Amino acid sequence: MEHLVSTADTDRGILSSADWRRRRVRVSAGITHGILLVSLAVVGLGPILWLAKSAITPTQDTLRDPLALWPNGVDWANLAEAWSRVEIDRYFFNTVIIAAGVWLVQVVVATTAGYALSVLRPRYGKVLVGMVLGTLFVPNIVLLVPLYLTIINPPLLGQSLINTFWAVWLPAGANAFNVLLVMRFFDSLPREVFEAARMDGAGPYRTFWSIVLPMSKPIIGVVSVFAVIGAWKDFLWPLLVLKNPDLQPLSVRLPQLQQFIELDVFLAALAIATIIPIALFLVFQKLFLSGAGLSGAVKG
Amino acid sequence: MTQIAPPTAPPTREAAAPLVRPARRRSGGVRAWATGDGPHILVFLIPLFVAFGVFSWWPIGRAVVMAFQRTNLVTAPTWVGWQNFENVLRDPLLGVAVGNTLTFAVLALLIGYPIPLVVAVLMSEVRRLRGLFSALAYLPVVIPPVVAALLWKFFYDASPTGVFNTLLGMLGIPKQPWLQDQLTAMPSLVLFATWSAAGGTVIIYLAALISVPPELYDAAEVDGAGIWRKVWHVTLPQLRGVLLVTFILQIIGTAQVFLEPFLFTGGGPANSTTTILLLIYKYAFQNSLGGDYGAATALSLMLAVVLALFSLLYFRLTRGWSTS
Repeated sequence: MEHLVSTADTDRGILSSADWRRRRVRVSAGITHGILLVSLAVVGLGPILWLAKSAITPTQDTLRDPLALWPNGVDWANLAEAWSRVEIDRYFFNTVIIAAGVWLVQVVVATTAGYALSVLRPRYGKVLVGMVLGTLFVPNIVLLVPLYLTIINPPLLGQSLINTFWAVWLPAGANAFNVLLVMRFFDSLPREVFEAARMDGAGPYRTFWSIVLPMSKPIIGVVSVFAVIGAWKDFLWPLLVLKNPDLQPLSVRLPQLQQFIELDVFLAALAIATIIPIALFLVFQKLFLSGAGLSGAVKG
Repeated sequence: MTQIAPPTAPPTREAAAPLVRPARRRSGGVRAWATGDGPHILVFLIPLFVAFGVFSWWPIGRAVVMAFQRTNLVTAPTWVGWQNFENVLRDPLLGVAVGNTLTFAVLALLIGYPIPLVVAVLMSEVRRLRGLFSALAYLPVVIPPVVAALLWKFFYDASPTGVFNTLLGMLGIPKQPWLQDQLTAMPSLVLFATWSAAGGTVIIYLAALISVPPELYDAAEVDGAGIWRKVWHVTLPQLRGVLLVTFILQIIGTAQVFLEPFLFTGGGPANSTTTILLLIYKYAFQNSLGGDYGAATALSLMLAVVLALFSLLYFRLTRGWSTS
């Protein structure tokens, strides 16, 4: 954080160091930032803290006085009950399996395509890149129904993929943003390394496996984090293709469970569903806040 | 895991040379292709061809065809010309859905567009704990949307003891019906959508604010500009490019709003929150007579074409405004 504290005018913002020396500016900036911090905490952290509290509060307390800071009694059993009796464990592991498969498919497609298009560079590469990027301009809604019918009757397979995890895993691979990210990263790698590998007799597969993949750990990390978060958030597509409740992820199951289970247990289930994304965010904060998360904005 | 760097390095000069040996490349021919890298490149492209071919390019093409067909899962599709489009355009719900989607988009612009900008400008002047500010602003984006929506649905409880109504009561404001009333249902959805998305936009604006050249502020001060004039004459003009892009992205995003009306209200009360996407979903997947896939694709194609035309028009009209 040191660089943010420094007052050198090279990284100044709207306020100059002369402005900052004026008492009135300093005081009003301090007050504004104080108000901003409190509002951000209330709006950003408030609902999460409320959820955390209510997950271990008896239903009656939550209903009678939803904003009480301390509940009358702490009911840790909510979490256990949600986990085992309501079978949140199953939906949690379904979500994990879906996220893991989406992650693998996205990493495989993005790295192999990036390697072929950015390092090996076939002559038809430009056309292919254009076709991949072109899909970014087609709103997802256009794909919804035809993709659904493709899953029901996939080419060559002769067997519906409905109610299999493949129905979520495979379409996730068609992510143009990932291919673009990996291509840009591979373009920035020094080409001498690949030339040297070739001189030493490494073929394209060996170069990919032993040189390109180890060098691209940072970008694979970026793709991985967003693949997992994206899969964890996804709702409409798994809702359509995973009709069997035993296979459904948390996002699909939670809205339906709401009707059957008690409020306190339901809130505990919501809290459990939030833990992994929040943990990922806390661990990879820099990545999320660096603007690499623009993908989220682009995909709305 | 903190070493992860955003992949912002621009392509270097030497990256322009293909790795394929030049002599072989120039000679061309099937033989040279087969003995060179050609087949290996295709092997590496298999995942791309499968993923995009089967799950992107093919469905996109199929959407255009399906819009002119009557498709069901039993018999072969039959051509029906513009029938699907006519059916959709004659549906009295379409006008309602378009109106609701426009309402959502306009409300989201009024509420959701200025907030991230103001927050980002204020945050860019924070000298200590800026990481904490950004993390707090971004937290709602991290919560899975379904969880957040279900949580807010509880907050929106219309009884006096609902969470938001209790909060309003503390401020002396009468209780609101929130999702229960035709007038307040849509603004409630917009409020949630703004809360869940604003953090991402704040981060985009912050990145843009940091790259405003400090010399511009120095120059403005030499000309005697105060703080507000610096914001108005330097900061905002410098953000023009990114503001133009976030504007159109927000329009495109709000035109496809689905999750909020689907989870909060199911389109009610009295269809006051039925959006275009909800209508498409109803055509295809909530039809007791079997999915009307033709109508659903026809409507989604129309929406895509309108959005594309709007974006083209928008970029043409604003071409002169953008910086750089």
